[in-house]
Amino acid sequence: MTDLVRLSAAQLAQALTGGQVSSVEATQAHLDRIAAVDPAVHAFLHVSADAALDTARAVDRARGAGDDLHPLAGVPIAVKDVVVTRGQPTTAGSRILEGWVPPYDATIVTKIKAAGLPVLGKTNMDEFAMGSSTEHSGYGNTHNPWDLDRIPGGSGGGSAAAVAAFEAPLAIGTDTGGSIRQPASVTGTVGVKPTYGSVSRYGLIALASSLDQAGPVTRTVLDAAWLHQLIGGHDPLDSTSLTDPVPDCVAAAGAGAAGDLTGLRVGVITELGGEGYQPGVLARFRETLDLLTGAGAELVEVSCPHLDYALGAYYLILPAEASSNLAKFDGMRFGLRVTPESGSVTTERVMAATRGQGFGDEVKRRIILGTYALSAGYYDAYYGSAQKVRTLIQRDFAAAFERVDVLVSPTVPTTAFRLGEKLDDPLAMYLNDVATIPANLAGIPGISVPAGLSDDGLPVGFQVLAPVRADDRLYRVGAAVEAALESRWGGPLLAQAPELEVAR
Amino acid sequence: MTAQTTGSTLVDYDDAVRRYDPVLGIEVHVELGTRTKMFDGAPQSFGAEPNTQITPVSLGLPGALPAVNGTAVEYAIRIGLALNCTIAASCRFARKNYFYPDVPKNFQTSQYDEPIAAEGWVDVELADGTTFRVEIERAHMEEDAGKNVHIGGEGGRIHGAEYSLVDYNRAGVPLVEIVTKPIAGAGDRAPEVARAYVQTLRDMFRALGVSEARMERGNVRADVNVSLRPSPDAPLGTRTETKNVNSFRAVERAVRYEICRQAALLDAGQAVVQETRHWHEDNGTTSPGRIKSDAEDYRYFPEPDLVPIVPSREWVEQIRAALPELPAARRRRLATEWGYADAEMRDVVNAGAIELIASTVAAGATPAAARKWWMGELARTAKDREVELEALPITPTQIGALQQLVDDGTLTDKLARQVLEGVLAGEGDPAQVVAARGLAVVSDNGPLLEAIDAALAAQPDIAAKIRGGNLGPVGAIIGAVMKATRGQADAARVRELVVQRVTEG
Repeated sequence: MTDLVRLSAAQLAQALTGGQVSSVEATQAHLDRIAAVDPAVHAFLHVSADAALDTARAVDRARGAGDDLHPLAGVPIAVKDVVVTRGQPTTAGSRILEGWVPPYDATIVTKIKAAGLPVLGKTNMDEFAMGSSTEHSGYGNTHNPWDLDRIPGGSGGGSAAAVAAFEAPLAIGTDTGGSIRQPASVTGTVGVKPTYGSVSRYGLIALASSLDQAGPVTRTVLDAAWLHQLIGGHDPLDSTSLTDPVPDCVAAAGAGAAGDLTGLRVGVITELGGEGYQPGVLARFRETLDLLTGAGAELVEVSCPHLDYALGAYYLILPAEASSNLAKFDGMRFGLRVTPESGSVTTERVMAATRGQGFGDEVKRRIILGTYALSAGYYDAYYGSAQKVRTLIQRDFAAAFERVDVLVSPTVPTTAFRLGEKLDDPLAMYLNDVATIPANLAGIPGISVPAGLSDDGLPVGFQVLAPVRADDRLYRVGAAVEAALESRWGGPLLAQAPELEVAR
Repeated sequence: MTAQTTGSTLVDYDDAVRRYDPVLGIEVHVELGTRTKMFDGAPQSFGAEPNTQITPVSLGLPGALPAVNGTAVEYAIRIGLALNCTIAASCRFARKNYFYPDVPKNFQTSQYDEPIAAEGWVDVELADGTTFRVEIERAHMEEDAGKNVHIGGEGGRIHGAEYSLVDYNRAGVPLVEIVTKPIAGAGDRAPEVARAYVQTLRDMFRALGVSEARMERGNVRADVNVSLRPSPDAPLGTRTETKNVNSFRAVERAVRYEICRQAALLDAGQAVVQETRHWHEDNGTTSPGRIKSDAEDYRYFPEPDLVPIVPSREWVEQIRAALPELPAARRRRLATEWGYADAEMRDVVNAGAIELIASTVAAGATPAAARKWWMGELARTAKDREVELEALPITPTQIGALQQLVDDGTLTDKLARQVLEGVLAGEGDPAQVVAARGLAVVSDNGPLLEAIDAALAAQPDIAAKIRGGNLGPVGAIIGAVMKATRGQADAARVRELVVQRVTEG
């Protein structure tokens, strides 16, 4: 492994600007790393070496010509396969989209390409982002670089694993109930779910429209801030997109790294801790709280009583919206088409055969749940009630943010579990997202930063939540935690990860 | 049951409406004439090559998102205001979920419990000049579906087809759906009320500038609900919904047919089945539509990809202030301006001649002359040719020019009719026809006197009588002169000259 892949995006950007390294060299180094470790990790579903190198060459030429470039120009990036990329296969981890090549780019991909970031490829995920382990991918498991027998989290296990295994310095994730933050937590990386509406959803294959949000997956808080500012901002193609300017996350990360949090009020959420949380996870959480106090922050115990109902509400709203969003996958216009082996070939029967064969079990489970929840006679009891709970949770958060600047909790109750361990127990799998789901229901931003290793030697995440539109607070607090912990550890947490065996 | 067998068990219409009180409900869809579609930037244009007027949004590609067309919202508000509706302070789109290949997302983005306009009314004018008030339940925005084309079957129908193609050009075209409250009290005039209502809306859409509203292109489509009850104070009967009745005449016929068919069922003690039915233009009957197994549970829920539409009061008032004159008001104003009697105006309206006359008047003709042409000679020609007046190959400008030639004495009425014939035959403008056919009035005295002298010489006995002071037989001389000039003489002028000639002599 060359040192190039060990660099953070910010460091690599600096080396590119300073001329110590070319984008072609940096991109090739990451492609080599992918070739070396991805057979074991399987973070990527598709690697687009040629296109990435083309972009790298163009950036190098432009830099040589003295063009004004984006600070991240030439820094390679991986993109979760739920984001459509023109000319590159996009499957959302589903067999039903096998071979589909989108004719257009998602808005965030347009921004990434315009800024000159070579796109290394598309990362693995739970099918249509449904899952917390990436085991529901239609294309095989992704393995946690800390322990290849364990899950990398989900749904964005591919993006987190790619970053954790030094296959990419930056990646795009999407977070509907924790799909950026939970993988970050279990792989010792940084993941941010921005405020709902602050990053365009145009070109994200929708899971649950009112919950989905794309965000950065990185190894450092500063890198996440840079990527956040690149992909954020209003998009007229997304009606739910906010018109506010993107907050200065990079400046906030810089301020936080300086380590002074004097006057910051930090709320510890009563409901997110205690029963169901691993002792090692709680221990790292408490130690991190001590660091915050040491940096001058004031700790306040805060109760958000309706969070107890968050998981229930989430598993009505998400399947309801998903059942409708996934209706378009019917074999008529794109992707897989299955003709019934016997009987008449009508559109209904082709649709049924295509969906029957193309969707995996978890997707079918949620489509059935959602269809039921929206059915005449059940709507008020299920979808309607869930929306009321959602409003109550939003009020809980609003009340809490009257008293504190940020809220904190462990990101995930546990460390990475073993592959297969929860595959047959959907409820146990769902419970892994209990601390991340509330932010999606409320639309507020959240970050997960590494908090150390649990007793089992696996990474633990520390979650910070902020009010809507105050994403910069995540970076201030996240960078402060990162700086304090890294000075204690003598380097980044990922330096403690085992070396991966290199394929030859 | 086929259309043919139901056709054999009808009750005579007059009997049916004597024994039952028909109640209607009409849903009219109008395609808005915006430049782009309801939720994306794809252009909308009729008749383009299949699947060329599309974007990832119109095709419902993975990742694509809708964004509301502001002009479509404005048009919907115009329609709502013209229908005397309340415009909602805030309204939302909802998803109507059902699987069908011409619906790209397998849900239609529509409005459900929060329409943009509700609670209005419109007065429709019937052929006898009376008005009937139709109350409006709601008007809401939605998107159109694509079109399925079935290949290999008979007459383009799905039955027996080898395969089907889908054209998504129309998918996403903005629609406004207008739903009436139950229309009761029309009695035996229910079919006429239905027709007049749809025609009133069509005229209104055109006047509002929100749609070309061409029925034959499917810009305006009507679904007609009909139910019967024993008497006006009985509860509503079971209704049927006849879909896609797409001409005024068909609306009237479909209502009439359903009344006769349902009356036969009720007479026989059978129940009317609540169902959707198809209209068959060829034989004027309806037949049951496909029975859906999942009985119409569309699983509506608020569209999470769109934020609520919140039209400001100021904007709504601006739109209201800028509303053009609506057809009914315009008719009243024109009748006064033109000095037409009520009956005359009604005939003009019923003949679809109002705009033609307005344009002819604008081209210089008097209202009386314009009416004389369009309701006389041209109405007869249209009837002979079995076309609408406006489909005749002649323009109001040409009629204006023709009348001008009569007014300045170039043409007599009789000559003018010959010129009209030439224009209708495609021989050009009136002036060109006059020149080509040599039809102008002979106003030079020389040739006329020559013809008069010849006629007097040819009929000496008549000439003698006239000379004797008996002007009775002068017509014979005039007739001979007209014949000699092939009708191009002004008869009154000839008469004057004959008398002059005889007295001189």
